[in-house]
Amino acid sequence: MSVESEAPCLSRRDLVQRLLGAGAGALATALGAGASMASLATAPPARAAVPEGGLPTRRKFRYGMVIDTRRCVGCRACVVACKAENKTPPGVSYTVVVEEAVANRFDDKPIFMTKPCFHCENPPCVDVCPVSATFKRERDGLVVIDYDRCIGCRYCITGCPYGARSFDFGENYAPVASATAYAQVPSPEYGQFRRRTDASPVGNVRKCTFCLHLQDAEGRYDKAAGRWPACAKTCTGHAIFFGDFNDPESEVARLVRERQPVRLKEELGTEPNVHYLL
Amino acid sequence: MNATGLKRIFWITGAVLFAAGLAGWYDRFAHGHVNANYGSIVTWGLWVAAYIYFIGLSAGSFLISSLVYVFDLRRFERIGRLAVFTAVVTLFLALLSIWADLGHMARAWHVIVYANFKSPMAWMIWLYSAYFLLLVAELWFLLRADLVAGSGAPGAKGAIYRLISLGSRDQSPAALARDRRVVRVLATIGVPVAIMFHGGVGALFGVVAARPHWHSGLFPILFLLSALVSGGALLTLITAIFQDGWRRNRDTVLTLGRMVLGLLLLDVLFQASEILVAVRGGIPGHVEGLKLVIAGPFWWVFWGWQLLLGTLIPIVLLAAPTRRNPRWVSLAGLLIAVGFLGVRLNIVIPGLAAEEIRGLSRAIASARMTTAYLPSASEWLLTFGVVGLGLLLFGLGEWLLPKEELSWAGDGHRADVHAEETSHVRA
Repeated sequence: MSVESEAPCLSRRDLVQRLLGAGAGALATALGAGASMASLATAPPARAAVPEGGLPTRRKFRYGMVIDTRRCVGCRACVVACKAENKTPPGVSYTVVVEEAVANRFDDKPIFMTKPCFHCENPPCVDVCPVSATFKRERDGLVVIDYDRCIGCRYCITGCPYGARSFDFGENYAPVASATAYAQVPSPEYGQFRRRTDASPVGNVRKCTFCLHLQDAEGRYDKAAGRWPACAKTCTGHAIFFGDFNDPESEVARLVRERQPVRLKEELGTEPNVHYLL
Repeated sequence: MNATGLKRIFWITGAVLFAAGLAGWYDRFAHGHVNANYGSIVTWGLWVAAYIYFIGLSAGSFLISSLVYVFDLRRFERIGRLAVFTAVVTLFLALLSIWADLGHMARAWHVIVYANFKSPMAWMIWLYSAYFLLLVAELWFLLRADLVAGSGAPGAKGAIYRLISLGSRDQSPAALARDRRVVRVLATIGVPVAIMFHGGVGALFGVVAARPHWHSGLFPILFLLSALVSGGALLTLITAIFQDGWRRNRDTVLTLGRMVLGLLLLDVLFQASEILVAVRGGIPGHVEGLKLVIAGPFWWVFWGWQLLLGTLIPIVLLAAPTRRNPRWVSLAGLLIAVGFLGVRLNIVIPGLAAEEIRGLSRAIASARMTTAYLPSASEWLLTFGVVGLGLLLFGLGEWLLPKEELSWAGDGHRADVHAEETSHVRA
């Protein structure tokens, strides 16, 4: 029968060769997958090759924060200000205050740490997004989300080592749910002024934007005019310093230069743009 | 109980689960994710675990079918088409589960149009899309001759055969030879694709440095191994119950049992290596997830479900003299197939249930910012529905698929099997 003309019988040697062939295929597969994974092709230059003060950048701005935990009293005004500014729903907080008890202190004050998105230089959340809906902006390095492209897979939430992202489940605070006048005010986020409906950003991942809707056309903030991230603007103890690390005269650049700030999970190489003074 | 009675129970179970699932689907479509219990810390839950479970079954059973269509292992020829059919059905169930999990189901096409190939998830989606098309094509070419032969039959079956045969009429030996060539090519392409996409599912978790529990080079390998174990186990069970397989496929069931035992032991070795190295290494981040697995609130998922039910009892059944009885061997298959859902849950949830920053879950009072997770009613219902749909599809396949006796190569082919076996003896 002609069906069998191809390989009527198979010797052991043939079988071994076939298996080896398949093994080579699997190896090529593994190599291919390996190259695609992580960001081998775009790995940052070795740390030693980077001049002190950060990675060289073509960016116009490098916005970031220096947060002085000694000035923080744990009032959480930043959390509330952020909620009021961005009109985030329940369960979504762009900044939170975590506290950690510290042994052997004179008082029983824990360390309070307000924690916005760190807008990392090497954001692991960006590379894992299957649709490039989240990305690092070229002009100012802010990590943002395109609500109309995001499919809501939440891979970026797993990818962020700092818990800076949350999913919008579509829940609402009571006044919003009952369609009061407050509910009619749109969120200024990204300058898109979306009203709260069951469309995006419901079903999207959301995160801190450093209130980028307060930037002017050139991408500048203005503290005197009140165009400043809401958390930093409202901080009662002046613990949150915000500014441009590319500007050596900025408050944040000076603090990083003159003090000994730390960044969280340095070992991951994410290079956060938020520094803490302890 | 006789076979008809068992079949009726099977159909009723499938229908009841499927109907229960409709409630879950309704809730998902009407209220989005509001009634799901995952949050922003444990952000993937039952649906993602179900997804990697089903997709593992698919990759595993497909790779086993390749033993027939790529490596000419005639011993499994009788279940080749069944394995490909299983791979198609379980892949479909996997895609349904993960589709429900998306925040915006209507945007699923974005991953094709806007794919970011730095993301393992994008790779995985492209690869399983290719794999899906390939599987369907392979199954069609495997069945074509039988579809053509059966399309003259009266009644619903003949009509369905006519429809699926897509107007193909050719029953000549040349056409059969062509089918065989096409299947071989598709199956050969399928092997690296299946390894890549399921390894890719493992890589999807493995690359996440933020979750130390997942961040291991062993993950893609573990995923492939568990896929082979669970897929092989499910196939053992299906081979035994499908189309009187109990009697017809006795030897195949026993052989599958031996293969599954070997794969399971290898899987245990890899799992043990992963766990022991992490525990002895003692780096808190790495151990945190494992502590949850071993001694967390859901310790019984590991000790009871995964280890006892899904591993130890099957190993005993497959190694003790019970290994010569297809009844016990297929029971072992069932236990492994069910037990490996526990394996999948223990990958997804403990990996996420450790705070990325200590104190995060206490920082704001919200049920979405907590490390505690138990699937909600609508999550369970939807998953039951997916399982029920799977049972119904298998039931449909049992009725619809041509029995292997009507094999595409016919009796002449059977003679060749014997010729080959003797040639092996000579070699």
